[in-house]
Amino acid sequence: MEGITKRFGSVVANNAIHLELHEGEILSLLGENGSGKTTLMNMLSGIYYPDEGQIYIHDKPVTISSPKDAFDNGIGMIHQHFKLVDVFTATENIILGLNEDGKMNLKEAGKRIKEISQKYGFEIDPDQKIYNMSVSQKQTVEIVKVLYRGADILILDEPTAVLTPQETDRLFAVMRNMQKDGKSLIIITHKLHEVLEVSDRVAILRKGEYIGDVLTKNADQQSLTDMMVGRAVSLNIDRPLPVDPKPRLEVKDLTVHDELGVKRLKDISFTAYSGEILGIAGVAGSGQRELLEAISGLYPIAKGSIIYHNPKTNTTGNLAGKDPLEIQKAGISMAFVPEDRLGMGLVGSMGMTGNMMLRSWRNNKGPFLDKKEPERVANEVWKELEVVTPSVDFPVRRMSGGNVQKVLVGREIAQDPAVLMTAYAVRGLDINTSYTIYNLLTAEKMKGVAVIYVGEDLDVLLELCDRLLVLCGGQVSGVVDARTTDKREVGMLMTRVGGNTNEK
Amino acid sequence: MKNKAMFHIVKREALPWYQAWLIRGAAILLALVACSLVTVIVTGLNPLSLYKTMLYGTFGTNRKTWVLFQKLAILLGISLAVTPAFKMRFWNIGAEGQVMAGGLACAAVMITLGETIKSNAVMLLLMLVVSVAAGALWGFLPAFFKAHWNTNETLFTLMMNYIAIQLAAYFIIIWEVPKGSGKIGMINQSTRMGWLPYLGGKQYAIIILIVAILTILLHIYLKYSKHGYEIAVVGESERTARYAGIKVEWVIIRTMVLSGALCGFMGMLLVGGTDHTLSTDIVGGRGFTAVMVSWLAKFNPIVMVLTSFLLVFMQLGAKEVATNFYLNESFSEILTGIILFFIIGCEFFITYKIQFAKSGKEA
Amino acid sequence: MLNFLVTFIPRAIMQGIPLLYGSTGEILTEKSGNLNLGIPGIMYMGAISSVIGAFYYETFRTSMNPILAVLIPLVCCLLGSFLTGLLYCFLTVSLRANQNVTGLAITTFGVGFGNFFGGSLIKLSNAEVPAIVLGGTSGYIKTTLPFANTTGWFGQVFLSYGFLAYLAIIIALVASYVLKRTRVGLHLRAVGESPATADAAGINVVKYKYVATCVGSMIAGLGGLYYVLDYSNGIWSHNAFGDRGWLAIALVIFTIWRPSVSILASILFGGLYILYLYIPTGTEMAIKEIYKMFPYVITLLVLIIVSLRKKREDQPPMSLGLPYFREER
Repeated sequence: MEGITKRFGSVVANNAIHLELHEGEILSLLGENGSGKTTLMNMLSGIYYPDEGQIYIHDKPVTISSPKDAFDNGIGMIHQHFKLVDVFTATENIILGLNEDGKMNLKEAGKRIKEISQKYGFEIDPDQKIYNMSVSQKQTVEIVKVLYRGADILILDEPTAVLTPQETDRLFAVMRNMQKDGKSLIIITHKLHEVLEVSDRVAILRKGEYIGDVLTKNADQQSLTDMMVGRAVSLNIDRPLPVDPKPRLEVKDLTVHDELGVKRLKDISFTAYSGEILGIAGVAGSGQRELLEAISGLYPIAKGSIIYHNPKTNTTGNLAGKDPLEIQKAGISMAFVPEDRLGMGLVGSMGMTGNMMLRSWRNNKGPFLDKKEPERVANEVWKELEVVTPSVDFPVRRMSGGNVQKVLVGREIAQDPAVLMTAYAVRGLDINTSYTIYNLLTAEKMKGVAVIYVGEDLDVLLELCDRLLVLCGGQVSGVVDARTTDKREVGMLMTRVGGNTNEK
Repeated sequence: MKNKAMFHIVKREALPWYQAWLIRGAAILLALVACSLVTVIVTGLNPLSLYKTMLYGTFGTNRKTWVLFQKLAILLGISLAVTPAFKMRFWNIGAEGQVMAGGLACAAVMITLGETIKSNAVMLLLMLVVSVAAGALWGFLPAFFKAHWNTNETLFTLMMNYIAIQLAAYFIIIWEVPKGSGKIGMINQSTRMGWLPYLGGKQYAIIILIVAILTILLHIYLKYSKHGYEIAVVGESERTARYAGIKVEWVIIRTMVLSGALCGFMGMLLVGGTDHTLSTDIVGGRGFTAVMVSWLAKFNPIVMVLTSFLLVFMQLGAKEVATNFYLNESFSEILTGIILFFIIGCEFFITYKIQFAKSGKEA
Repeated sequence: MLNFLVTFIPRAIMQGIPLLYGSTGEILTEKSGNLNLGIPGIMYMGAISSVIGAFYYETFRTSMNPILAVLIPLVCCLLGSFLTGLLYCFLTVSLRANQNVTGLAITTFGVGFGNFFGGSLIKLSNAEVPAIVLGGTSGYIKTTLPFANTTGWFGQVFLSYGFLAYLAIIIALVASYVLKRTRVGLHLRAVGESPATADAAGINVVKYKYVATCVGSMIAGLGGLYYVLDYSNGIWSHNAFGDRGWLAIALVIFTIWRPSVSILASILFGGLYILYLYIPTGTEMAIKEIYKMFPYVITLLVLIIVSLRKKREDQPPMSLGLPYFREER
């Protein structure tokens, strides 16, 4: 790729980027969120068309203006969000878009899929419907789909974000098998240890600019971080000791079922104390979302209790079985930053004021809305968290990810909660914004709030939190002191109960 | 290999409101030109005298102007009625049936109790309650199934339309006067029981007044009330609404009951206020037209006054042209269709812009 | 009883054929993710286009060539409904307009167009009754299979229809086969379920939507042609086609998006539509209106049951009614 530039409106997502990929190598594309990795790769796979620049394959200039062109050139991309049709089988998804001659023969295709699977070590049932599959199975379908098309260049966009460590290991093994077969792979990630583990070479992007590349064997975490952020970032997060911790939230034997009757949480018990950050670790889908939503009254509870100690009135009450409105009416001040910001936490088409109202619109009497107070809060959040927006009425949907999160966290903190729950609060944010969020959470903790932090990056969990609750397959597999434990111990706990839990 | 796209479609930054309205105005102008072209081809009339005829058809006489405003009020009223549901992204295309249900209930009261009840006020009150309830029921059913089982509301409300129409057809035959005519005729013509009162001697004044008040009330309801806020949040994302402690099922049902009830109310205005009879085409597709009026106005009740005026003006104007030139009355539907196509199409140019590819670089 | 069936079934089938055309066309369209509520209008367009073609051919030719007499209205019908479908696509796919609103506008326009030109032709023909009679054309189009009249009840029930009736069944079967068994069908279903996925797989979403909707419109248009030139013996009168277009959309839901099921279901609907003619009502004339309500009530029940059962395969196409724009993220 030479001199690739892509603009979105006035934003330059990629500026004159040069990137080389050799045959039979695994290249890591590293960069902070918003540095233009995915945009760049989308141009290789035909989703976007570059405004300027030229792509060469084997020194031949090629034009890639559609995903089909990309396939024709042997390029296949596995997107972060799987592009699969839910009501189709694996086979149907894999042959989708192919224009082979002759009749559509699903049996024949199924056979070839099994061959490919055996060659590289996948496990796949060609006739299984996608909506019955686990995340890692879906990813397998995506990869096989690309291989089925005879791709020589595979691009994987943050493939490990949704996988358990075991699944990640299996994926890396498959990647090496493909490499041996002469295929070239690009893996987009921002997990440094994975970069070091799997790739031969690392290319780094920063703010849409190509910074350079290094051979993996010549790199370490510190040097890569430096290149990525442009300056050395202290990995140290300020962590004061909890002050006067008292039980704030006691969860006992909490069990929940999903719509299909599958147990999502089983006999969860723990206590969250005031003035501490309780981290919740676990691979994606271990029940983190269900736990937070159950506490907030958004998920039906089958069994168990959630006892809340009200610091203002010194009374206790059970939250189980209450809906969010009843919890709010009971005077329980709980804040919840959900992982799906625009889909659950905010109203995309409204401005900051309208979104502040989401928590407070019931507070005044009468059938009409009070807009003054939310507007004041919006202005406060705007100033204090340095949200970049033209006005408090600018739709939050059109803000950048970091600013959206600031609005959401700002609103939740503005409620002056006694319990603050955050789910993946820094996912998708750049390092600076992430630190802003860490500092905000720590400040809340020092105010005596019980903070529950669900995270995915173990390094952060270990440095930010006071205690860690580890979930595995919907059960508590351990509670450890974050100051004394290490990654290995937590990593083991994350996979202990039941091991690989591919629940349907 | 495929040839490279000649242009790209890019989402615009927000357009200033006056520019957006400029585009819409231009579209309407273009549509009018297209309409006159069609008319000229069909009638050989010159465009200027065409619009003169249309103006005459709408404002030419006192009577015509009253009819214009009455039609405007009814269409606007139905459009207002469907709007809360649309703001919630509940695709209710069942206004036709909801109005019909209201009108049917209203006629039922007028016919069956016309002799028994002696006070017109009691009669009107009863008509109001019954037609609002009937419309509300027609709105409640699809909402109930949507809220609990996510049943597709567009298809549901569509079916409900024809159930209401067939039900009306059934009762029309039962009540027909004289037997075998297939028509009911003026209900309570001698006693005028259940007829809406004339304001200042004008038959339609009361309807126009009621709908004007309704417009303002609905504007306030949607923009400044807590219900309006709930509707907006539910329309954006159900999960966000649940997160904010909004009972989504309840809001969906409440809003659709409101929409249905308002439709039922419009049915009462139609039967009690203008037609004084019931027929299967009393709504005459206005339930569908209302969907377009509401959407074209971006669900803003005040703007709806303009969009419904435009459509009613075209309809009545085209009708006048049709009568003058011995054309079929369906001519107005053709012109309405053309206008709609232009306005529907122009929204694209408000949201997006087209960038032509710079040539040269890619070779 | 047998006598009743032998007269009733052919009538039900003939009532069902326009619905079958409409629903097959709409199923193809909806499988691409386009909820085309313009189908009633498009069926009117198909009907009036064929009537215009046939009218001019009958009026200005002294002798009629059977092949041309069939071909001219057919081509006109396909052209008229194709253009209307194209307009719908242009507005909803290229200009990304709301599908419901566009569809309703198309229906307003199409029904108006049909009735307007129908009315104008009636004037032109100087007929005494307010209708156009195209007996000649209809005679050719209605030509039945040989043996229809000599094979007794069998001939009456199975052979007594014009070729368009058989064509409708063939088209439904072909559509069913294409959707289920071919690559094109797989791609089309993918476009309707998840256009983003289809796009990423290299399928030209816009092309599929256009082709499916335009072909669907043309098939639906044939339903209009059949109604006027076959079922009604070539008589066009104001608004005669009625609400059959909506009934066709109901049929789509009733059959859970399966054209092959639609063959029998359309006959059932057709039968329900005319059942009142065959049931002795005595003095109670009103009850026939209740019979006419049945198709809608039954469809509603199917819609409710399907949503209660939550079976993934039976749900409407996932992206039904939603526009698709690639660079929108």
